Amino acid sequence: MFSYYMNLALRSLKHNPVLTVLMVLAIAVGIGASMTTLTVMHLLSGDPLPGKSTHLFYAQVHSDPDKHRDPLDMLDYRSAVDLWSAHRADRQTLIVDSAIKVRAPDKNLPPLMLQMLSTTTDFFPMFSVPFQYGRSWSADDDARHARVAVISSDLNDRLFNGADSVGQTLRLGDSDVRIVGVLAPWRPSPLFYDVRGGRFAAGDTASFYTAPQDVFTPFNTGLEINDGNFQQFTCWRVPETPGHLENSACVWIGLWVQLDNNAKVAAYRQFLADYAAQQKSLGRFEYTDTRLLSLMQWLDFNHVVPSDVRLQTWLAFAFLIICLFNTISLLLAKFLRRAGEIGVRRALGASRSAVFAQCLVEAGLIGLLGGIGGWLLTLIGLWLIRRQPIAYADLVHLDTGMFVLTFVLAIAASLLAGVLPALRASRVMPALQLKTL
Amino acid sequence: MLKMTHLSKIYRTEVVETYALRDFSVNVEEGEFVAVMGPSGSGKTTFLTIAGLLESFDGGEYRLDGEDVSKLNDNARSKIRNEKIGFVFQSFNLIPDLNVFDNVDVPLRYRGFKARERAQRIHDALETVGLVSRMKHLPAQLSGGQQQRVAIARALAGSPRLLLADEPTGNLDSLMARQVLDLIESINDHGTTVVMVTHDPELARRAHRSVHVLDGQVMDLQAVSESSKDETPARA
Repeated sequence: MFSYYMNLALRSLKHNPVLTVLMVLAIAVGIGASMTTLTVMHLLSGDPLPGKSTHLFYAQVHSDPDKHRDPLDMLDYRSAVDLWSAHRADRQTLIVDSAIKVRAPDKNLPPLMLQMLSTTTDFFPMFSVPFQYGRSWSADDDARHARVAVISSDLNDRLFNGADSVGQTLRLGDSDVRIVGVLAPWRPSPLFYDVRGGRFAAGDTASFYTAPQDVFTPFNTGLEINDGNFQQFTCWRVPETPGHLENSACVWIGLWVQLDNNAKVAAYRQFLADYAAQQKSLGRFEYTDTRLLSLMQWLDFNHVVPSDVRLQTWLAFAFLIICLFNTISLLLAKFLRRAGEIGVRRALGASRSAVFAQCLVEAGLIGLLGGIGGWLLTLIGLWLIRRQPIAYADLVHLDTGMFVLTFVLAIAASLLAGVLPALRASRVMPALQLKTL
Repeated sequence: MLKMTHLSKIYRTEVVETYALRDFSVNVEEGEFVAVMGPSGSGKTTFLTIAGLLESFDGGEYRLDGEDVSKLNDNARSKIRNEKIGFVFQSFNLIPDLNVFDNVDVPLRYRGFKARERAQRIHDALETVGLVSRMKHLPAQLSGGQQQRVAIARALAGSPRLLLADEPTGNLDSLMARQVLDLIESINDHGTTVVMVTHDPELARRAHRSVHVLDGQVMDLQAVSESSKDETPARA
């Protein structure tokens, strides 16, 4: 009977094209608006490292002696180096971000002001960073402050036209480093390892979705090369030399650890607690609060999805509901205008459930057409977002899952909208209709 | 075939109750052709809609083909309508968007017949009413008489045991009316029980007998032919 109902639905839609267009438009506009915002929401709230994120943790201790508050979002230099050097995790990496002037001495190109990440060798395997050429530096390079660097695919394109630049020299500030690796295109969403301070951002967290840094150097190499150019997250005393934070009362370094099972997570938590207690006994810490959050917990803690995106999503769904109410009214009008035909069908043997099913198939077909319209409007909406000056603009696209969801949502919404009109249509009194025909 | 005993049907509003049928009893035997007559508002059409299971009733008993239909749910009533009853209405009630073939196809779809059997039945029914050549026409492209013949074909296609006709010639000129009535008679000759509501005494005379309805009650029953009088005892 489904094909029969489909055939009847097609005839019915063709019979009254204006009403059909209105209903399809109502669904399409609602779906377009909600799928545009939902797609952005989906892209911004997804797991940046599926399958691996559950093993990655962000370590925090409370190094501020003056105020009793949550553990700070970053570590002071000594705590960071102490915890990293202990090598209590399966993998661990320090990170600190800074701006630096970059140029290729062999190229006649103007210098670029770029972001550099000073980190340790585990950074690359921990975060599954893909390489196009070469490889990361070694632990030995970390230890001896080797003048080496890994550069992004984008920077490699700009400086070396995408050619294999491994072995080439790059000037960072006033220092030359040798390129040992070039990343393949890599665009985590959000830039999870650099997320911090989200709960103080009042929902303005779009900056968490910027592209990764263009230059990666060994941790100590970066500190030496760019000394005086580092930004603190917060300080409890003003640093003696601005930008030189190694012995300052400031937090400015992140520590990520990889812990491959629950026992290791528990052991690392204990290690952090023991470290805090030890530092308190040494008089360096006042408080012993520590925190170890998994990657997704850390993103959640920092409210990474911008509040305006959340708001837009809610508004779009409210708009979809309004569109659905319009669709309900139009379907009701459409079905009840056919009360005479329904009466005839009932007289000829159609049960209430058959009439209900016929009406619902028609509503579903409207949903399918609305889904096609909604998909096109979603593509337009996402195209418009890509033209906005926002950090995540380049990330916005419709993936297969969201494409399928567009149609599922459109059909589900129209079926939902069709239930009441179909129910009313199926309750049409055939005798009354036949008498009045 | 159709037996109503002390049947009542009441239409209620907040302030008034109106008896459409009151203590209504009638018995139609298998193969009969019964005309139901009476003035407007007497309850003829209400009787027909209850007989066709399109409406419920408030009291009494109704047995269709020996089965008490008062307790049946909607699905069961729809199935009986689909399989045992054919309807012919005064205003034809063809679905305007569907061509002749598809109109006749409607009850067969709900019956669940396969495409080949549906096509055969539609062809046979349209052949009976002489409209095979108009299979692809829309109702609006047919005359009133042709539309009523399509409606009869639609009623016939499912091979019903009972044909209920509500003023089947009411919208037709006399020539068309005669053709339609000839058709109904021929259907009855092939064994289908026919109950026809009509105002027209001339038409009623062609039935085996007439039932007169007044104020929702059966007033009289008159055999209209000697043969039927002999074979069918008068009942009401």
